[in-house]
Amino acid sequence: MHMADALVSPSVGATMWAASMGLAAYSARRIEPEVAERKVPLMGVMGAFVFAAQMINFTIPVTGSSGHLGGGLILAILLGPHAGFLVMFSILAVQALFFADGGLLALGCNVFNLGFWPCFVIYPLLFKPLVGRQPSRSRILAGSMLGGVLCLQLGAFGVVLETLTSGISELPFGTFVLLMQPIHLAIGIVEGAVTAALVSFVWQARPEVIDLAAGERTGSMPSLKPVLVTLGIVAALTGGVLSWFASAHPDGLEWSMFRTSGSEELAAPADGVHASLAGIQERTAILPDYDFAAAEDAQATPAEEGAAWPAVRAGTSLSGIVGGSLVLLLAGLIGMSLRLLQRSRQPATP
Amino acid sequence: MTRIEAGIGDLDTLDRLAAQDSPIHRLDPRAKVIATALFLLTVVSFSKYDIAGLTPLFLYPAVLLTVGLVPVRVLLRYLLIACPFALLVGVFNPLLDREIVVRWGGLGISGGWLSFGSIVLRFLLTASAVLLLLACTGYVAVCAALGRLGAPHLLTMQFLMLYRFIFILTDEGSRMVRAHGLRSFGAGRTTIRVWGSLAGHLLLRAYDRGLRVHAAMLARGFDGTPRTLRVSRWSLTDTAFVLGCGLFLALVRFGDPVDRLGSWCVGVFR
Repeated sequence: MHMADALVSPSVGATMWAASMGLAAYSARRIEPEVAERKVPLMGVMGAFVFAAQMINFTIPVTGSSGHLGGGLILAILLGPHAGFLVMFSILAVQALFFADGGLLALGCNVFNLGFWPCFVIYPLLFKPLVGRQPSRSRILAGSMLGGVLCLQLGAFGVVLETLTSGISELPFGTFVLLMQPIHLAIGIVEGAVTAALVSFVWQARPEVIDLAAGERTGSMPSLKPVLVTLGIVAALTGGVLSWFASAHPDGLEWSMFRTSGSEELAAPADGVHASLAGIQERTAILPDYDFAAAEDAQATPAEEGAAWPAVRAGTSLSGIVGGSLVLLLAGLIGMSLRLLQRSRQPATP
Repeated sequence: MTRIEAGIGDLDTLDRLAAQDSPIHRLDPRAKVIATALFLLTVVSFSKYDIAGLTPLFLYPAVLLTVGLVPVRVLLRYLLIACPFALLVGVFNPLLDREIVVRWGGLGISGGWLSFGSIVLRFLLTASAVLLLLACTGYVAVCAALGRLGAPHLLTMQFLMLYRFIFILTDEGSRMVRAHGLRSFGAGRTTIRVWGSLAGHLLLRAYDRGLRVHAAMLARGFDGTPRTLRVSRWSLTDTAFVLGCGLFLALVRFGDPVDRLGSWCVGVFR
């Protein structure tokens, strides 16, 4: 379920980073220092455990993300939701840094998909009420199975939405969903079984570990408001400022909305989306050459879509190809000469 | 277990590279983290069909690689391991987007091929930038930089602990697998039941050892702050590095050097 940088647009990446960082800061504040002290070893071990489990992964064709166990639910159960979220963050960060598995810009998306759903949705709303204060083997099994399947379904759907709003992959919404969800249903069942097995094992062998998970701050709860306000501001900023980076093409969110709505729905509803989007676009337009009219025409007559696209910039023309190869050559030469320079210096400074 | 053990070896390789000494290594980790973030943002901000526009960005990894004394072989190996993901993402773009956008001689190139090429370039650029950050800085120093840039204390501590405990878990795991192999005389297939029990016991054993390791760390004064041998203070060089990177990236993003160089060359030869 790891998304790569190559597939994420700056605005999606930055927004999801903001969301995940906000949640991490919130989680860190929710864990009491004394509790954190006692939890640190278990957090480290569980992190390493899930890290190892996630390394057994495979690529899901076309979608650009990997299939593997999530492990978010087991972290939430054994560590509590807030510590679990922090641990998931650290796991994905190490994978991104050391293995280029999932990008650094896409880290926010990945943390959200794999951490948010199990820790802040499934565990408090499903697992905890279902298992209750007196856990039993069958309750743990039911909660883990249901939770595991749901976590992965929600996470996989998150991947679909984030990839589509980034608009770099060509995959249409329907195909994408059909690829991701069934695969993650199968993984979810395995995940549920593994979670159930491990949790009931730990519950029998070391019940105190699960009690420790419940020892999170419940009384004086810091309000969510600052987090939400910050998230709102950041989202607005990324929407406004980062769209400067957007090229003259209607790419990103608008692009994929046009595409999906164009292929999935017919004229009337699409027009509604269109009109409102165009209105927003007009109000926030920064790039003067953002040719929205052309895109709209393309939408109306899909056959002409290619023609209506503005000519592809540098990459298309002869000068682009010549320039590109020259620059690559230049970069290589600069690198090589630097290395030669170093070699010639080396004997002097051993 | 082999895959995981190989992965652990990879962790080690990058950390050993980070222990070298070069002008890049001597920069403040925060400067490198900021520069990497700027670089990633610039790479992904290009249009999805852009190929030529991305090429000047290869200068950044090329310079870091050479000045930072990172062997090309090591970087290529990492990229090779990670590339199936990026390739499989884009490989269907040519089938889905068959609109011809460029005609060059008699050859028509579809938008799908352009975006596929662009995805591959983006992958190479982003992945190598991140790997180089680590190879020239070191994991603990990157954690320290994140902490000083405002990441929550508990999060950076968890980063450190995870890194430490991955080695503990692999240790315990390989010990258990060896013990199991010795006692079963390598006979027959291990049932899922046995694997389940092994996994559970691995967790408990690693937890117990983790408790002892953590106690030992606390006894030696561990307070969750990442400490590195190289104590860095933000200097003028760091400001210059970040500004230089920013200037270079802005030039590549907005100045369109490829088009200019290309048309100049084409003009000269005409």
